[in-house]
Amino acid sequence: MSDIADRVRKIVVEHLGVEEDKVVENASFIDDLGADSLDTVELVMAFEEEFGIEIPDDAAESIQSFGDAVAFVTKAS
Amino acid sequence: MRRVVVTGLGMVTPLACGVEETWARILAGKSGAGTIERFDASHLATTYACEIPLGDGSDGTFNPDDWMAPKERRKVDDFILYGMAAATQAVTDSGYVPADEEAKCRTGVMIGSGIGGLSSIAETAVLLKERGPRRVSPFFIPSALINLVSGQVSIKFGFKGPNHAVVTACSTGAHAIGDAARLIALDDADVMVAGGAESPISEIGIAGFNACKALSTKRCDDPQAASRPYDADRDGFVMGEGAGVVVLEEYEHAKARGAKIYAEVLGYGLSGDAYHITAPSEDGEGGERSMAAAIKRAGLTPADIDYINAHGTSTMADTIELGAVERLMGSAAEKATMSSTKSAVGHLLGAAGAVEAIFSILAIRDQVAPPTLNLENPAVNPKLSLAPMEAEPREISVALSNSFGFGGTNASLILGKV
Repeated sequence: MSDIADRVRKIVVEHLGVEEDKVVENASFIDDLGADSLDTVELVMAFEEEFGIEIPDDAAESIQSFGDAVAFVTKAS
Repeated sequence: MRRVVVTGLGMVTPLACGVEETWARILAGKSGAGTIERFDASHLATTYACEIPLGDGSDGTFNPDDWMAPKERRKVDDFILYGMAAATQAVTDSGYVPADEEAKCRTGVMIGSGIGGLSSIAETAVLLKERGPRRVSPFFIPSALINLVSGQVSIKFGFKGPNHAVVTACSTGAHAIGDAARLIALDDADVMVAGGAESPISEIGIAGFNACKALSTKRCDDPQAASRPYDADRDGFVMGEGAGVVVLEEYEHAKARGAKIYAEVLGYGLSGDAYHITAPSEDGEGGERSMAAAIKRAGLTPADIDYINAHGTSTMADTIELGAVERLMGSAAEKATMSSTKSAVGHLLGAAGAVEAIFSILAIRDQVAPPTLNLENPAVNPKLSLAPMEAEPREISVALSNSFGFGGTNASLILGKV
């Protein structure tokens, strides 16, 4: 779990250019971390790449926060 | 029609990042050519180009971090990065900040490109083939679209006026400045940020222009001697990259805020060859009509032109342009100077016309014609001076800058002292 969270956090920090301590459980990509809709598409692609999983479009729409992403990846991998 | 003046300049060229840094090197006779360092070009017919000097930003080097944050840079092709750098320099140089919403709506952007995101398109096509459509980035399209220089600049500065982009191959930069000046003259805007940007130095870019037989191929051992306009031993153009951007402003608007005024856009002419997709018409009549239209618009005669910044790409077309200029100017040609700064910076394609308009403006400011490098053995006996090898100090009140592009598209700008 912590390994997945660290890897997800690293991707979020790199792609959104935010400080690591801002990437907390409930941090919303759009409302709290400055992402726009295109950034979130790219983030989901980066999660797929990093964890070797496929995230269908309807599932991708439910991944709105750092916590959502960690939970989805944990379940899928 | 309202008068239009130039109040800000910005450029990134193979000689340097920055207007004064580039200009000093131009006048000193420096060349920006060298063996391609960005990728392995050893398998291509042409192994050299004029690449932007990358570095930490000191001594005229280009540091991408100075112009766009790494997070934003991932979303743009290099031509947008270069355009943003040149536009930021030009806006800063002009000192213009729109005071309110109305002023923002009267400030527009028109920065074009000849080809746009060629590298992004090539790389994404390979990715699509190898890994499928789900790996295509959501930023692919907005990184490659030509009008996204204008879009990015407008977003950065909040300029809400006309937002437009020119695409006329190697005439792009000149057409952008001419068209933007017209928007101001016709009262659609008070201020326009205008120019061109290009990043064609890539495997597909070199291979494509090699296939057209447009590039120099014979100077792998001495790239700095390859761009030699009008010289008998020229064998094609040397590819360059970068951006040139000017701030254009309605004359009274500029005067009212006490802006530094570099020059006035006196005339602008356009024409089409209707002849061939890559070659100019054999007698240069298209270019001649473009120049004549600009001179007419300026209310001048050919004898008023002191300096011509030629299209002069270091190809067979050089002497065609020279013939057209001499025909147009008649006996007045003997008093004029024409040079090709492509001998120093290479051919910046869609950025060329903008960068060369800036060189023309600086020629007026400093009363000096920049040199045509490597012109050791002229292919023809010209009536006018081609400023061979060394800059030529002389009186320059009016300058003409020519840009001709594939498809037979011609643009001429006339710039004058205010």
